[in-house]
Amino acid sequence: MSDSLVIVENVSKKFCRSLRQSLWYGVKDLGSEMIGRQKNNETLRDNEFWAVRGVSLSVKRGETLGLIGHNGAGKTTLLRMLNGLIKPDQGRIEIKGRMQALIALGAGFNPVLSGRENIYINASVLGFSKSQIDGLYDQIVDFSGLEEFIDMPVQSYSSGMAVRLGFSVAAHLEPDILLVDEVLAVGDLAFKTKCQTRIQDLRDCGVAIILVSHNLHTISHVCNRAITFEKGRVIFEGDTDQAIDAYRESLMEQFDGAEDALRIGTGEIKIDRVELLGQDTSVQDDFGVRDPLKIRIHYTVNETVVNPVFNLTIEILNSYQVTGFRTDVDGHPLGTISQDGYIDINIPNLNLLPNMYTLDAVIFHQDGYTYYDRVNKIAHLKVKGGLLINGFAYIPHAWEFSEA
Amino acid sequence: MNQEESAKIIIYTPESQIRTPRKLIRSMWNDLKDSRELAWRLFIRDLSAQYRQSLFGVLWAFAPPIITSLIFIVLNSRNVINFGETDIPYPVFVLIGTLLWQIFTESLNAPLKSVTAAKPLLVKVNFTHEALIISAIYLVLFNTLIKLIIMLGVVIVFKIPLTWGLLLALLPILGLIFLGICIGLLLTPIGMLYTDVTSSLPIATQLFFFVTPVVYPVPNTMPFSLIALINPVSPLLNAARDLIVKGTMSNLIPFLVVSALTFIFSFIAWVIYRLALPIIIERISA
Repeated sequence: MSDSLVIVENVSKKFCRSLRQSLWYGVKDLGSEMIGRQKNNETLRDNEFWAVRGVSLSVKRGETLGLIGHNGAGKTTLLRMLNGLIKPDQGRIEIKGRMQALIALGAGFNPVLSGRENIYINASVLGFSKSQIDGLYDQIVDFSGLEEFIDMPVQSYSSGMAVRLGFSVAAHLEPDILLVDEVLAVGDLAFKTKCQTRIQDLRDCGVAIILVSHNLHTISHVCNRAITFEKGRVIFEGDTDQAIDAYRESLMEQFDGAEDALRIGTGEIKIDRVELLGQDTSVQDDFGVRDPLKIRIHYTVNETVVNPVFNLTIEILNSYQVTGFRTDVDGHPLGTISQDGYIDINIPNLNLLPNMYTLDAVIFHQDGYTYYDRVNKIAHLKVKGGLLINGFAYIPHAWEFSEA
Repeated sequence: MNQEESAKIIIYTPESQIRTPRKLIRSMWNDLKDSRELAWRLFIRDLSAQYRQSLFGVLWAFAPPIITSLIFIVLNSRNVINFGETDIPYPVFVLIGTLLWQIFTESLNAPLKSVTAAKPLLVKVNFTHEALIISAIYLVLFNTLIKLIIMLGVVIVFKIPLTWGLLLALLPILGLIFLGICIGLLLTPIGMLYTDVTSSLPIATQLFFFVTPVVYPVPNTMPFSLIALINPVSPLLNAARDLIVKGTMSNLIPFLVVSALTFIFSFIAWVIYRLALPIIIERISA
């Protein structure tokens, strides 16, 4: 007898790109559902695509499974099928025990009614009886930290407060299986910590958890196992860190190559390519923390230019800028340039934590803001290693221990 | 956690539930039981929210039928329109008729209105969908209660003799409510997909109003007597009105036929609603 609380076998789901067609297919599906006709689920109709394709997984008691993949990879659709909101087009899903979804926080809230009334409504929607809620009411209010506002109408709450109330209700209803979709991203830091602790407590009680998050750090810390999705299919299943690597590679494929659509500039001098060179000046893709790195920007000249400004920025893949380099800020005038060539940035120690980074390169006019040329995501850089520390900067340091 | 509940196994597959009818009916019954408390809470929520944001509150429940009645009373007394003789004072006839008609239209609109309002909830939370319909029925019953009080007022003011028919009238009134809910529920699945249903419903109701003997007595001559024959609302409405003002009712057979059909079709509408919702949720949230 297996101890799996969630078993998903070869599940697929199709979606339609056009709303009008989608509604019409809905009417047709309604028809075949009514007469109980076996639908032809194997073929795609016009304008349809597989949102989830042939996914199998299982989650045991006390296990936390992470789902990763970029937007539209099918994670949320899968969660919605697990939650019983929509039926799979193929395959089979088996759920053992009570399921709770931390997806729509504050479901059923009515803005005119007070926080107190809404706690009861919300818990009712989530399937709990009045007596059960009575017993948990004080704990819920206490957890939310909203005692003094509890009799005010919810419409006067800030959005953060409303979500806190919603989370507090959902988190106190004890499920066997918990689905979590990106909710940890709300609230202030103190509340976030509370939420994470609560989820860990539930896991320790033997709750099976399925977690969707774009915060890879959360995934790597909370999950025992992870699954990487790409275009509705599972491309990796297993160890969390390896799953994250698989996700990064799939992202990389999507982002590989410069984004030509965003390329702008007057064009007198153009960026040809950017190379990343290792210690022995050979081209290299992945580096370790604190490795030496030389970034070489190749340019081609169409017309002689005077004092162009070179700029290179490093971004976390798909996210914010980490740092950048500018010749003008560094006080490095380049003079007149009339021939093709390259310029190097020498970095003795690459003090970035393991992650995937992308590079943007820009050449400005002398004024420092008119573009000669700008190429986004001209290269990418992988810093190897596990995701053990949250953040992106490695600061050289040493520990010293002494007994007073 | 709770061992008893852990034993509960749910399975989702693409097969239509209609292929396993016995299982379907069992789960319908269970969900009906499970949804009672939620339905009550949703009803209380809607009611308190409605009255908390309104100065005149209950007044809005009976203003529309009274105004409609007044219009017809004035038109009739000035001989602008003449519907022929009614065997009871025309104002009583119209007032009771419009109030009963209002009960029917409210019931007709209730399911789609309730389910549409719950759209954000439907696409995100899995709960027993029967609760939406039951809470809609509660709301209709509550509004009907207010209308019954007005009807009682009308009967007393116009010195109509009080009979046991007043109590018996509750049966055809329940019939009106369930006929309305039944038609409304049949329209709900398509109405969730296409807004055309919501847009056309007021127009259709208006037309329906004129082919139902609300403000005029049932015509005796062909082809107008067909109104009473084909229109399912008219036997129920007439039975209720007759019982209230005269204490007896004349046509038992059509009333029983419509009641039986309402019962059967309500069940069918419920099955359709149940089968349709997962498909609709998929389409409205994609």
